[in-house]
Amino acid sequence: MIKRFVYSQKVAPYVFVLPFILIFLIFWFYPLVNSFVMSFQDRMLGQDPKWVGEANYSKLLTDKVFLTAIKNSVVYMLGTLVLLIPFPMLFAVMINSKLMVGREFFKSSFFLPALTSVAVAGTIFRLTFGEMEGSLMNSFLGLFGVEPIKFLKNGEWSMAALLILACWRWTGVNMLYYLSGLKSIDNEYYEAASIDGASAWQKFRTITMPLLKPTTVYVTTISIYAGLAMFTESLMMFNGNNSPKNIGLTIVGFLYRQGIEKNKLGYAAAVGIILLVIAMVINLTQLKFSGMFKKEED
Amino acid sequence: MISRLVIICFFIILFIIIMIPFYAVALSSFKPGESLVRYGLNLSLDFKIMSFDNFIYLFTGEHDYFVWFWNSMILTIVQVVLTLFVSAFVAYGFAAYHFKGKNFLFICVLLIMMVPFEILLVPLYSLINDLKMVNSYSAIILPGIANAATIFFFRQYLRSIPKEIIQSGRIDGANEYAIYFRLIMPIMKPSFAAMAILNGMNSWNNLLWPFMVLGDQSKYTLPIGLKTLLTPYGNNYDLLIVGSFFSIIPIFILFIAFQKYFIDGMTAGAVKG
Repeated sequence: MIKRFVYSQKVAPYVFVLPFILIFLIFWFYPLVNSFVMSFQDRMLGQDPKWVGEANYSKLLTDKVFLTAIKNSVVYMLGTLVLLIPFPMLFAVMINSKLMVGREFFKSSFFLPALTSVAVAGTIFRLTFGEMEGSLMNSFLGLFGVEPIKFLKNGEWSMAALLILACWRWTGVNMLYYLSGLKSIDNEYYEAASIDGASAWQKFRTITMPLLKPTTVYVTTISIYAGLAMFTESLMMFNGNNSPKNIGLTIVGFLYRQGIEKNKLGYAAAVGIILLVIAMVINLTQLKFSGMFKKEED
Repeated sequence: MISRLVIICFFIILFIIIMIPFYAVALSSFKPGESLVRYGLNLSLDFKIMSFDNFIYLFTGEHDYFVWFWNSMILTIVQVVLTLFVSAFVAYGFAAYHFKGKNFLFICVLLIMMVPFEILLVPLYSLINDLKMVNSYSAIILPGIANAATIFFFRQYLRSIPKEIIQSGRIDGANEYAIYFRLIMPIMKPSFAAMAILNGMNSWNNLLWPFMVLGDQSKYTLPIGLKTLLTPYGNNYDLLIVGSFFSIIPIFILFIAFQKYFIDGMTAGAVKG
């Protein structure tokens, strides 16, 4: 009888999605609810929690270090949006043009940096941005007569270093997203535009860009997520979670410092909830703005 | 003709810029770690100080590098196989059936994709602690086994498979699971290849969560191990650079092997919308 029940067409779909339901409830929903509860508590691992109401939140909003972390994360996220959307799009259009040769070669070689781990890439870039005269970036700038810069001790320069690392790792990936977006554009549009005498720029603006919108929305969504949640890059770049004057501290870095290093679970949970709210608000606004909700239906 | 030349030159320059870090690391593998401390990462070809010493040290020296390497290998293989198996199974449920609560559940999938995993670090860690799973690979594998992005990808892929296949299976008297395992799964091969790279890449390179979960040195994975070579008291660059370079190789081979499926398959799900 049980076999009949499980094998029936009515029950089968639930058997298929059951693993997701279980994992979702245990490792996602429960921790999330727990995180919400914890954020109103004063709590340490292995000790009884104490209810403190919204104290964690009000403390956070006046915590200068936390505000620095938010600023760093938001600047980093905006930086990745500005650098990792228009340029990969342009590169994809260029690589896709009839003039290009060696397409496959460039496609896969631009993807290589994404295969490196943060542990490796972060180490490479920390050494590249070393403060010695002979280290890669300084010896390059030296060619133009620039004095050696202490990249990782100065807020603006270290943000630039983090963004260059992000560009190095993700330009190729985003370019691939755009290339597959380009593939779905019907060539007839371009032929029609050519007959009407449109210039290359006009074609790009009126055909390519609008039709790449789903790709752009997707790339924007994942960039917002990744930008706000960045932590390990900074951890590797500064060889630890402590950067001079917190110039490399991100929201997740702050969460990690409070929750894991200092064992203030409640305070860290509140950071998580704030990050969740920021990420959701930005992403939902972005998705609403681009009219994506109408599309996600069967 | 000129514009073709401009484009190609542009891409060659871009290629060189992207490859410089790889070249610099490869070059530094042949230099003593001490020279990195003194001069930083650079492109100078100084044959006087270059040797195979670091490579000899990597293969014969006393360190845990290959323990980490082996751990990463096992963890990545188990994690990828289980994640693909479970996620594809779930995705088929979403793609092939209409059932009560489907939309709600699918919104949950999308929600996970939009919420940074990092916010769950603390509560998830305390859950793992309560479940006595600290220091085990299952704590790394289990939470990600029904991976939202992978489910989403497989579902998009499965939607393009004609429903007639499922119908004909039913007419032939196969049950729902036999239809999935015998008829559908074989068709999904290319999408499995694409997701194997993406999940393999993430698993092989994952640092933060394994770093938190694994306390036992003998269980460290490669990224964690490499990270431990850097300490506030001194850095073992001799091993770090050559080890870093060596760590890229397996994932590079995986990429080359599945590249054909990968480049076409990567976004098939994500972008169609």
